[in-house]
Amino acid sequence: MNVPDNLRYAESHEWILVEGDTGTVGITEHAQAELTDIVFAEPPAVGKSFKAGDVAAVVESVKAASDIYSPVSGALEQTPALLNTDPFGEGWIFKIRLANPAELAALKDPAAYKAQIGE
Amino acid sequence: MRTPLYDSHLAAGGRMVDFAGWEMPVQYSGILDEHKTVREAAGVFDISHMGEFFASGPACAGWLDSLLTNNATALAVGHAHYSLMLNERGGVIDDLIVYRLDAEEFLLVVNASKIDEDAAWMKSHLSEGVTFENRSTDFGALAVQGPRAGEIFEKLFGRSMPHERNRVLEIGDGFIVTTGYTGEKGFEWIIPAAEAGASWEKTLAAGAKPCGLGARDTLRLEMCYPLNGSDLSPDHSPLEAGLGFFVDFSKPPFIGKEALLAQKAAGPARRLAALKVLEKSPPIRPHYPVFLDGVQVAETTSGALSPSLGCGIAMAYLPAAASKPGQEIEIEVRGKKFRACVHKKPLYQKDP
Repeated sequence: MNVPDNLRYAESHEWILVEGDTGTVGITEHAQAELTDIVFAEPPAVGKSFKAGDVAAVVESVKAASDIYSPVSGALEQTPALLNTDPFGEGWIFKIRLANPAELAALKDPAAYKAQIGE
Repeated sequence: MRTPLYDSHLAAGGRMVDFAGWEMPVQYSGILDEHKTVREAAGVFDISHMGEFFASGPACAGWLDSLLTNNATALAVGHAHYSLMLNERGGVIDDLIVYRLDAEEFLLVVNASKIDEDAAWMKSHLSEGVTFENRSTDFGALAVQGPRAGEIFEKLFGRSMPHERNRVLEIGDGFIVTTGYTGEKGFEWIIPAAEAGASWEKTLAAGAKPCGLGARDTLRLEMCYPLNGSDLSPDHSPLEAGLGFFVDFSKPPFIGKEALLAQKAAGPARRLAALKVLEKSPPIRPHYPVFLDGVQVAETTSGALSPSLGCGIAMAYLPAAASKPGQEIEIEVRGKKFRACVHKKPLYQKDP
């Protein structure tokens, strides 16, 4: 499984790419493989604010709906279109303005995430 | 509980989930891929969790006729039919396939979730001159489904698959009926549990791809085949479920008949309608609220994203007056309503 080095990871299988005070959030290749056949993603409304760990979006496979948690606190900035084809590039779910960058320290680095998913 | 094919599922990459107390594969390669395989080629499902009852004796056909809605006496030897077992109120206890193996011998295939309840009900209503045996654990079963099922049948049995649906064959210690739950050609093969693993391997070698419960559900819902426990329940009658075709009112009394006659005379208050979403929506799932003119009138009993149609599909018991094809309704998903309409059954029809 692809676990890029420039991202940080939540235990609930979201990744975050931090650029300045903006975080781009998606779900990992491992999570997508587990969910399989993602057919619908429901991003949150722009302007909404989250605390780290809040449900921010829903992705649905043919069989089940799964909650996506915000790995950090902040205000939603932008939502996209597609996610299943490129989990780390175009396939992000939302961008969030970081309210507290210190929270990033609580997320996993790539090595810790690889260990979690048994890679 | 595990079927005799549990290890085969793991070996084939099956993702196991709980289904009515059974550890069953929900998918192998993916639900969309497996669905397409059954619509375009051939897939094999493990249906060993389903129950097998044997009933025999001179009074057997008449006894079944007192418990089931379809006419067992009129069923020809070597044929099978769909039937329903009702409570006194006309509600559905279970739906099942009845095989007539011989003049005085029947095989009943019932839902996994209802084996104990069905067996208890049938034993408590047993007649003189009938022997009843629940042999569910003695048998495994496979369902081979898809346009190429006939080729697989030939490779397995060295003869051609009967064209006629609902034909029963006895091959070795197994039983075959040309039926299924997908809308495609195919057969269900009931085999002694000890032979299930070898039969599964032979079926894969003959070209069938393993398919799980996920695809089985999307395939059957496109055809509007009901699933007991979801679309059928002790609180709804076969008339409400649109299964009147399988109720023979001309035969002698059966449990539930009086209630059905009363319902028929008055007209059912609700009908199980097939629903098709008219706009882009999340997949529809069971228990989503259904609205008519802004008022909630029902909830979905089944729901899915239809892989063949590319839109949300569902079934729900709507007020009879609002159950006609073309009727617009709305289905609510997480607080948002999506436009849908009642569709003629089945929701999916193959190009002729």
